[in-house]
Amino acid sequence: MTSRTQPRVLLFACAAMLTLLAGIVQLSPRASARGQASPGDNEKSMRAFRAVASVLTSPRCLNCHVPGDSPLQGDDNHPHAMNVKRGLDGRGTPAMRCTNCHQATNSSQLHAPPGRPDWRLPPPSMPLVWKGLSIAGICRALKDPATNAGMTTSKLIEHVSEDPFVNWAWNPGPGRTVPPLSHDEFVSRFKEWIETGAACPE
Amino acid sequence: MATIRLIVNNKPKELNIDPATPLLWALREQLGLTGTKFGCGMALCGACTVHVDGNAIRSCVTPVGAVAGTRITTIEGLSADRSHPVQQAWLEVQVPQCGYCQPGQMMSAAALLAANANPSDADIDDAMAGNLCRCGTYARIRKAIHMAAELARSAK
Repeated sequence: MTSRTQPRVLLFACAAMLTLLAGIVQLSPRASARGQASPGDNEKSMRAFRAVASVLTSPRCLNCHVPGDSPLQGDDNHPHAMNVKRGLDGRGTPAMRCTNCHQATNSSQLHAPPGRPDWRLPPPSMPLVWKGLSIAGICRALKDPATNAGMTTSKLIEHVSEDPFVNWAWNPGPGRTVPPLSHDEFVSRFKEWIETGAACPE
Repeated sequence: MATIRLIVNNKPKELNIDPATPLLWALREQLGLTGTKFGCGMALCGACTVHVDGNAIRSCVTPVGAVAGTRITTIEGLSADRSHPVQQAWLEVQVPQCGYCQPGQMMSAAALLAANANPSDADIDDAMAGNLCRCGTYARIRKAIHMAAELARSAK
């Protein structure tokens, strides 16, 4: 190798390394989840969470993700009639269990109870509270194992994709609105949020 | 139509019935157990409360097919001789006014006492909030539940 060719080789080697590094950063959504997200990913992630939050703050989700002991009901989030309480296991108090009225399927009658098997609130030990939080607060609560029932990101994706309670929100029985995104779109935006680093809005 | 088997008030029963039929109508019309009342038909008033495997449920919204194979207790089966503490206390306190809601009230009270032998006023209010009484007998209901709890404890 002559002294004139050496700089050209070095330049080529540096360019190749830079190209490789750029590729790694671009192709690495999982790297961003480990805290190496690019500014672009961060924006994308926050946008995805805002879409996700439009579902999480819909009455079908929010009415049971509440602080305190009493669930809400209706599209206006009013307190549940009959002084319903969470109870020790999230399934109500003695003789006023959720399943006294909530059956395994929705009632076909307007204003009668919706249903799916084992109707319940989150238990008092892990109430999964979203009501009263900002979108950023919900985001942080969803990511924190101390407030999300210890769910990993893959468990969270499995939960939003397959849990029958989540799916119920899109089949809530007569007279109840459904969340603003379809379930497929919700899951897709949820995955996008996770894959782009699960960034939370400010 | 389907064949549904149930244990109702400790007796085996076999019904040829549409499984979507509310349990209330299976009890009242097929089995002639008319103590359980139709109130709202939407699980909003509690008049139709019966026990399924010991748990209070609203029979007006419970498809009979969903409770196949279970043990159902209605007001007629609370005891064979009116000796259940709730029945005794209800008579002693003379709780009912018009009486229409009382079978449901008594079944909820019995379910409460089965789970909590010594309920406080707050426990009673929580447990009975789903049973409405247009005559407003709530104060007597609460008094009778305390008395029934005492009767049950003293019988042990």
